[in-house]
Amino acid sequence: MKQAVLDFMARACAMEAEAAERYAELAEQMWAFHNREVAKLFGKLARIEGLHRDQILEKMGWTEAPDPSAFRWETPEGPETTDYGELHYLMQARHALELALHNERRAAEYYERLSEADIPEDIRREAAEMAEEEREHVRLIEVWLAKTPDPDARWDEDLDPPVSVD
Amino acid sequence: MIDMTLTPAHYKSDVKPVWCPGCGDFGVLNALAKALAKLALRPEDVAVVSGIGCSSRIPAYTSAYGFHGVHGRALAVGTGLKVARPDLTVVVTGGDGDGYSIGGNHFLHACRRNVDLTYIVMDNRVYGMTKGQPSPTTEADWTSKLMPQGTGLGEIKPMAIALAAGANFIARGFTGDPNGLADLIVSAVEHPGFSFVEVLSPCVTFRPEQREWKKMVRGHALAPAADSVEAATRIFADDGMNLGVLYAGTRRPFAPPIGRAQRTPTDLERRFAL
Ligand SMILES: Cc1ncc(C[n+]2csc(CCOP(=O)(O)OP(=O)(O)O)c2C)c(N)n1
Ligand code: SF4
Repeated sequence: MKQAVLDFMARACAMEAEAAERYAELAEQMWAFHNREVAKLFGKLARIEGLHRDQILEKMGWTEAPDPSAFRWETPEGPETTDYGELHYLMQARHALELALHNERRAAEYYERLSEADIPEDIRREAAEMAEEEREHVRLIEVWLAKTPDPDARWDEDLDPPVSVD
Repeated sequence: MIDMTLTPAHYKSDVKPVWCPGCGDFGVLNALAKALAKLALRPEDVAVVSGIGCSSRIPAYTSAYGFHGVHGRALAVGTGLKVARPDLTVVVTGGDGDGYSIGGNHFLHACRRNVDLTYIVMDNRVYGMTKGQPSPTTEADWTSKLMPQGTGLGEIKPMAIALAAGANFIARGFTGDPNGLADLIVSAVEHPGFSFVEVLSPCVTFRPEQREWKKMVRGHALAPAADSVEAATRIFADDGMNLGVLYAGTRRPFAPPIGRAQRTPTDLERRFAL
């Protein structure tokens, strides 16, 4: 395999690894605030991204994902990584899934753009394949969202907030 | 020996942060771990020192030597440590309340002394830990239950103060860009002398409007000046949302000679005996 394709696959693997790591971290944040439902959901999303990372590792015959911090993106972080700032301790499943949908869409767009860019054909082919996988994830999350109720009207109201002005 | 296998995960401890989900300080922890990995510093060669506040919990969450100090005294502890153990990379951390209110005097003199350490201030323009009192960087017209009319006081400009007081490296980062912030921290640690990194770190609980910062910041908007007059002109025209390195100076760091202590703790104890 050409070096440029290896580099592309390393980047793709790092993107999945970073997304998985972040979801796992977000799950921990939610456990700390006893938001079990969303903690579990983020944990599940971490496992899904982890599976995608492992698929790439297997395909490439690698044993370990490259360190995501070695990569830079057009956006502040990888296209599939959730911004820490998007969280709220009372968020509900629907909020978390909307974040996940946003991430999957960004990832699909990222690969779609690459698959149409003026770059070597073998990278475009790999990018097109990844774009299709990300679109599949988009569809899965859309189905999941359709089964998930809207957040309660006053979802962020807390009569006994953990940190509040007395 | 440089260990090339160190990754950011090596610099995060097993203690799980209790910061509010969404808090900017998570981005600082992430960036600091990335920066230390990039610098390939062994955790035992690094000390993370802090004062008191939500942001000051960071030494507990990093896997390196740590000192969770006294409110406002992080720089005093960090300076003492660096002077006594110049072989350590000392990173001092804290909030705007810790660093500019109670610790304001230490800030001035740390800049003036120019000891070779890095100071990271997680500025959320509020006292988070004590539930939302205004700090010296809080906008004059920010109102809350505690300050219904606002402070009516103009906020200070820490980067201008750092420049005037003699800091050798001055930069601003944002927690929504942990990679960019990691690069700034690397440059700050590598630059000799006192390096000051102001980090815009939203407090989503007491200042939820700061979630909008991500739409307001301008990446790479500050270019490093080696000339303090040029840096001063720029910082006074700045609206607080420009990111990057403002100043990289050439002052020689202060490093007093280290020798054996003249008195033992027992001598000191004797002097205080009643
Ligand atoms: C000597 C002393 N005075 C006051 C306090 C109370 N106190 C604890 S944290 C804090 C301010 C924290 O604000 P900041 O440094 O901005 O950190 P943040 O919590 O916003 O991260 C104050 C006043 C204290 N702990 N010790
Ligand atoms: S109160 Fe503010 S500063 Fe403290 S952890 Fe919560 S969001 Fe962060």
